[in-house]
Amino acid sequence: MSAAMTSTDTPLLTVEHLTMRFGGLVANNDVSFEARAGEITALIGPNGAGKTTLFNCVTGFYTPTVGRLTLRHADGREFLLERMAGYRIAQQAGVARTFQNIRLFGGMSVLENLIVAQHNKLMDASGFAIAGLLGLPGYRAAEREALELAKYWLERVRLTEFADWEAGNLPYGAQRRLEIARAMCTEPVLLCLDEPAAGLNPRESAELAEILTFIRDTRTPGGHRMGVLLIEHDMSVVMRISDHVVVLDYGRKIADGDPSSVRNDPAVIRAYLGEDEDSELPPEVAADLPAAAVDPAAPVQKGA
Amino acid sequence: MTMPSHTASAAVPTNRAVDWPGTLRDAGLAAFVALLLTLPLVGLRTIDRPTGLGIEARPDEVIASIVLVFLGRLGLGLIRQNLALPVLVLALACAGVGLVLPMPTQVLRLVLVAGGGIIALRAAITLTTGRSKLSQAERDRRMDRVAVQVQHATRYIAPVAIIGAAILPLTPIADRQILDIGILLLTYIMLGWGLNIVVGLAGLLDLGYVAFYAVGAYSYALLAHYFGLSFWVCLPLAGLLAALSGVLLGFPVLRLRGDYFAIVTLGFGEIIRIILVNWYQFTGGPNGISGIPRPSFFGIADFTRTPSEGMAAFHELFGLEFSSLHRIVFLYYLILALALVVNLFTLRVRKLPLGRAWEALREDEIASASLGINRTNMKLAAFAIAAMFGGFAGSFFATRQGFISPESFTFIESAIILAIVVLGGMGSQIGVVVATLLVIGLPEAFRELADYRMLAFGMGMVVIMLWRPRGLLAHRDPTILLHGGRKPQAQNAGAAR
Repeated sequence: MSAAMTSTDTPLLTVEHLTMRFGGLVANNDVSFEARAGEITALIGPNGAGKTTLFNCVTGFYTPTVGRLTLRHADGREFLLERMAGYRIAQQAGVARTFQNIRLFGGMSVLENLIVAQHNKLMDASGFAIAGLLGLPGYRAAEREALELAKYWLERVRLTEFADWEAGNLPYGAQRRLEIARAMCTEPVLLCLDEPAAGLNPRESAELAEILTFIRDTRTPGGHRMGVLLIEHDMSVVMRISDHVVVLDYGRKIADGDPSSVRNDPAVIRAYLGEDEDSELPPEVAADLPAAAVDPAAPVQKGA
Repeated sequence: MTMPSHTASAAVPTNRAVDWPGTLRDAGLAAFVALLLTLPLVGLRTIDRPTGLGIEARPDEVIASIVLVFLGRLGLGLIRQNLALPVLVLALACAGVGLVLPMPTQVLRLVLVAGGGIIALRAAITLTTGRSKLSQAERDRRMDRVAVQVQHATRYIAPVAIIGAAILPLTPIADRQILDIGILLLTYIMLGWGLNIVVGLAGLLDLGYVAFYAVGAYSYALLAHYFGLSFWVCLPLAGLLAALSGVLLGFPVLRLRGDYFAIVTLGFGEIIRIILVNWYQFTGGPNGISGIPRPSFFGIADFTRTPSEGMAAFHELFGLEFSSLHRIVFLYYLILALALVVNLFTLRVRKLPLGRAWEALREDEIASASLGINRTNMKLAAFAIAAMFGGFAGSFFATRQGFISPESFTFIESAIILAIVVLGGMGSQIGVVVATLLVIGLPEAFRELADYRMLAFGMGMVVIMLWRPRGLLAHRDPTILLHGGRKPQAQNAGAAR
């Protein structure tokens, strides 16, 4: 299938010169990278590096100050994400996301969470509720289909037996999995996961890695590969499953490449392990500081 | 009635002798609190004298209430000290005396019966369980279970209730007063169900729902007044205009959240009322509009003895004896049908993407947006639909009263409708019915309590909010089940949100 072949050649998401300022704070500074379909692109960096801000720009929760975000579907359609209203990015461009602090519909059942995710599809089928109110057969068929998709993902994330539970009553790890399943029920071309392994035990993390690799190999309804954009602190997960790693520090991109090259990149090691501060300070600032404050023996941890 | 701070320490029954000084001190303290409360609330009464407003002291009532509180507290104290059986007998005797013997006022009778009943119940629980009271969590759990059972029994209760409501006018007890109360209750049930769409499903706290009620009422009154349109033409028009006003309000306001949203809707309610008061030439101002035409029998027949030109008389059409009750019965059926339409709509829409999106917005707006749900449109739809139902109710109100004025659409009406929704349990349809019976029905039933009516009402509200802070019937069943046979709450019993 030629379309599937080309989809891995051209990038799915292109981020160009993305800058996001909040007043005087520059959360993202001229970040450019690409994410491809059929790959897991991991976005890593110390706390406060601007990962979540970048995510919020991609998924439409923020409008970037400068920069261009292009999403290319395999059929050639292009979406300029920075110009789209938040909900349209999910509805039309096909970008789904999860949240760092889980955001489920806690009072609704697990299955309802997955059905709500298919809102736009069902809304069309129900003719803005009019056909649905009348109980027309077209809507019923659409609802059955939605139920099938929900069941498929419930099975995938092993939540079938909890389907009728209130989502808020699920254990933490199950809530994480449900949020991923909910995002997948929107049938996205790009799935953005904000720290999906946070708070999981090693066994759950391994299970998550398995789910993520399965999602990477999932085909969209059009038969094309989909892409995964991942923020993660758990390096064992990142190094195991990601195909491409982008490292941010203080809002800038400091490294970009496959996991092994990034792991050995000196800039990355510096960002994570800290360094002698004085080597980076501009000379006029360093000169102003008293000698005791710039003690080379006590490396300062960055971004705490 | 009880003072929680003192009850916790005595949860374990002891075999020691009765601690009379302590119990008496406790009861005395309760009586003192009662004195502080009743002195201004009950002891003083304003009366209209020819010379102006005067104050009348009522020491008898104060003394009676203090003595009753003292005895009640004493009874509760003794229950915890192995004297449950005598207290039970005495409390039942009190309730019996209250029921049988003639009392100087109805209030005293009510207090005796209700107070004696509650204390007797407490004593009976102690005798059977060996504990003076249930823990808070256990009580919540039990009441949750009852609420769930009631809600599941709704599928049997609802048809019975609907049939009961439908045949009520045909039974011999249906006199003018019963039917009027029925119409009043059904109007509030309809408004409660309408507001439930916005507050219960979409989670938007609307403090100005009465504005749409007013728009509906004035739409009909003005259309009939200026253009002579009939009720059956105006009913859909009134709904449409109310929905339009809902959309007009919604567009600028729906981006607000929570408290800010509530304040703006409150303001909108007041704006509508003030326009109605001040636009004298058009709306009649504070004098209102009178002579609003009564509804005809679907445009075919009139309910008057001598109908106007070109109209048949209802009683002649059906070969009945003329009775002024016919119109009341017709109005009763009309509001019953309107209310059931609202209910049917809500029950169905909950299972549709529109209703599910509303509930999702109530749970988490950000997550809803991340799933591609158009928040503004969904909220506007909820607002417009609820406003439309409010408009229907309003035009019914206008045609039933025959006279409307801005005084019928004050904030207190919004508050009552909101109280119905919140007390019933947000989103619960049967809860709205139960709450309406309490909020509207009880004050009607206690008319003989005269001055103490609103006091009893307020006390009832406080008790409900203490015992059921999330509303009487707040349990929510999923709209779609995967494992249809098994009940989901069996799996997560007691973990209800």
